[in-house]
Amino acid sequence: MAALDNKTSVKEGVDQETVDAVREVGGAYKYGWETDIEMDYAPKGLNPDIVRLISEKNGEPEWMTEWRLAAYERWLQKEEPDWAMVDYPQIDFQDQYYYARPKSMEVKPKSLDEVDPKLLATYEKLGIPLKEQMILAGVEGAEGAAAEGRVGGGEEVRKVAVDAVFDSVSVGTTFQKELREAGVIFCSISDAIRDHPELVKKYLGSVVPVSDNYYATLNSAVFSDGSFVYVPPGVRCPMELSTYFRINAENTGQFERTLIIADKGSYVSYLEGCTAPQRDTAQLHAAVVEIIVEEDAEVKYSTVQNWFPGDEDGKGGIYNFVTKRADCRGARSKCMWTQVETGSAVTWKYPSCILRGDDSQGEFYSIAITNNHQQADTGTKMIHLGKNTKSRIVSKGISAGHAQNTYRGLVSMHPKAKNSRNYTQCDSLLIGSLCGAHTVPYIEVKNNSSRVEHEATTSKVDDDQLFYCRQRGMDEEEAVALVVNGFCRDVLQALPMEFAMEAQQLVAISLEGSVG
Amino acid sequence: MALPQVKQDATEARLAALDMPKGGWPEAARKDAMGRVRAMGLPHARDEYWKYTRPDTLVQPEAPEAALFDDGDAPVFGGVDSLKLVFVDGVFDEAASDAAALEHVSIDRLADAPDIHWAKDLYGTLEARGQAPVQRPLAALNTAYASDGVLIHATGRAAKPISLIYRHRSTSSDAILHHVVKIDSGAELTVLESGPAAARFNKVMEVDIADGGTFHHVRVQGRDHERRAATAIFTRLGTESVFKSFTLTANGVLTRNECVIELTGDDAVAHVAGACMGDGDFHHDDTVFITHDALNCESRQVFKKVLRNGAKGVFQGKILVKEGAQKTDGYQISQSLLLDDDSQFLAKPELEIYADDVACSHGSTSGAIDEEALFYLRSRGIDEGPATDLLTIAFLAEAVMEIEDESLQDEINGLVEAWLSRRRG
Repeated sequence: MAALDNKTSVKEGVDQETVDAVREVGGAYKYGWETDIEMDYAPKGLNPDIVRLISEKNGEPEWMTEWRLAAYERWLQKEEPDWAMVDYPQIDFQDQYYYARPKSMEVKPKSLDEVDPKLLATYEKLGIPLKEQMILAGVEGAEGAAAEGRVGGGEEVRKVAVDAVFDSVSVGTTFQKELREAGVIFCSISDAIRDHPELVKKYLGSVVPVSDNYYATLNSAVFSDGSFVYVPPGVRCPMELSTYFRINAENTGQFERTLIIADKGSYVSYLEGCTAPQRDTAQLHAAVVEIIVEEDAEVKYSTVQNWFPGDEDGKGGIYNFVTKRADCRGARSKCMWTQVETGSAVTWKYPSCILRGDDSQGEFYSIAITNNHQQADTGTKMIHLGKNTKSRIVSKGISAGHAQNTYRGLVSMHPKAKNSRNYTQCDSLLIGSLCGAHTVPYIEVKNNSSRVEHEATTSKVDDDQLFYCRQRGMDEEEAVALVVNGFCRDVLQALPMEFAMEAQQLVAISLEGSVG
Repeated sequence: MALPQVKQDATEARLAALDMPKGGWPEAARKDAMGRVRAMGLPHARDEYWKYTRPDTLVQPEAPEAALFDDGDAPVFGGVDSLKLVFVDGVFDEAASDAAALEHVSIDRLADAPDIHWAKDLYGTLEARGQAPVQRPLAALNTAYASDGVLIHATGRAAKPISLIYRHRSTSSDAILHHVVKIDSGAELTVLESGPAAARFNKVMEVDIADGGTFHHVRVQGRDHERRAATAIFTRLGTESVFKSFTLTANGVLTRNECVIELTGDDAVAHVAGACMGDGDFHHDDTVFITHDALNCESRQVFKKVLRNGAKGVFQGKILVKEGAQKTDGYQISQSLLLDDDSQFLAKPELEIYADDVACSHGSTSGAIDEEALFYLRSRGIDEGPATDLLTIAFLAEAVMEIEDESLQDEINGLVEAWLSRRRG
């Protein structure tokens, strides 16, 4: 009996962390509140004047304005894509604000001390540390950092530089000085256009061309802010970089643009988080992320997407139409996408890798959870152009309630991509009999020295596992969350530590109300 | 939504080159099908469902010329006792065929079936059902214009298979055949098909299987290098019924085999398999759509392709599990063996699932001959050529083994070996 007890406690000890994480989490969508702050809006609707206005508000040079206007012209000629397995009412692009800025940001604050306290409070409430001193190593120590949930294991405290974007503008970027010393440029894209035009000119639109797709073209015309990262040759970015996107204003689309350049032999890990208030009307978010990875460089891009998913009846929520692409240009370059998609009413997102350099590598780890009336059509493209290129795709889709969850992916081995390798694993889990899980992979192999393997399964939550958890005293919801966390483990492990914790909790929240 | 002008024009041009057979019981079904063709338009290279296979030569008004080819082989299924029905360039050849008499089976010719016929309720029905959610306009065109075909009604267990033999005698023949097969409750029938049929061949087979019925289908497509074929099987399965189909394809500049299966009765079983060996100017497309709409059904798709000298293999397979189709067991595997660097394999294995208590999986792989396995065989004293052949046979075996009848399995294995030995010769 003693032996059995011992065994049981070990078992419980192992899982306790997860169980606690699941328990800690209260109500449904935690980030549904709104910041009451005075805003500056551009007039509703979209036309060349609005495009010019956005450009002017950002203080952009003439070439950038022209670039935007050209994109706008292209956008007018494009048709909204309808191939994804998502269904939403027609978007009235003229009934949106394309620019919203907190009034207090009219004159750009020189440092974080000048930032409107209301804004800082917003980020604090979201758990985003903007005040550098709070997490400066050794000063406040592990305590402060622990309170923020950002401990990097043991004594060493991980630093994270944050760029916070509030509706259309960047509020502030932390750790500027330390990053500058390392030679890393991390700032908002509007600052980069002003301060580093040569880099922006060279790389902007080089991975996701202006006319790539409907939403990318729209973004090119009206993008307001976003992050810019340049890591010079041979530099290992001294800390993780992070951007936190918050939509606050009503009827406002957020169109952020992120550009990351990892020069030869450099390394950077980048985190992205997003939330929005709870509202009855749907809101549009169309972002573009471009990553350039030069020879021997490596970029890790992790996302926890937690936009407001709409309520239980599918009212409101964010339409998340995102184009993310990495161009592994140099030999031996590497890009790793990790995403946890729990929010948004509709998601349309395919972070991709173009493996152009010989021996380059692309990885994609994804958890997509849909509940209630959420719809997600997400996946990746791995385009192998160079020799000996490798890619790996691990996708876990979980569908509950009335949700539809689709994995859509492409693996393409071009004739010149000799000796390349792909492994794809996509699993779907269904919880409840009214939801759907779909898999739409495209596999194109045009040479015989490459190997491509694709596996997919769809199943339901295993009854035996549930039963086991139940008889250990968990209620059904907890048990499901635990089993689902196990199902996602491969991907959770690929996330940076603090994100993994957050993601694990999100898995539980997202599935709330899906059982019974 | 109105059809794009290019599609409308191509469709009208094709229709203008055809004559619709007049009168008789199929007339209403033909007119309905005609409406479907006009509404959908014939396939165009930009259609998603034709992403990997160019449909233009299947759609253009005149069939592209295809040289006649004497393979010099012994007749396929020669060793199988069967009732033979011969079609030459899409026209029934009575003199070359056996008398259409088989116990528990009635056999009629579409071209001269009596005015009131059981097939009236079936002709074009399954094809029409198979038009959603994906359109198959070439099949609708077939229903509208097919001038010949067989109508087979099995009421009990057939003593021997019916063998449909297609001969190609004219370099510009453009054949449209439409077969209807009805399997009554508890009946059992095997249909064999072989031969190149025509320069361009459009064939539809509708198979309606009642509760407890069993239908086996084994097909060997003709080896004529320049022939083109677009075939479609539409089948509906009742409770505890069984459908098993296997196709072997070697050669042919263009082949598109569609198989549309609807499991409407509980506990039904549907297996569809294919082995193809492509060489040079060869394009082979297997497109399968299986709909699970009942409890506890099983479906299996097993497709293997061996490709060399720039041959192209395509696989589009989909399992759709409708809401309420619980306890579904769906399995799908598509694999290619690329024997050289020019060949291509393009696959889109899809799952669309709206029921939670299911076990569905698919796998797809592509690659060259396994070097380690080859080395193992070489180290056992087998030359590279025969060792490669051995591995190729082993690779195709999983698909061939889907055929239930062992004597038919042997026939197919013999054909695979013959293909390999010609390559070495």
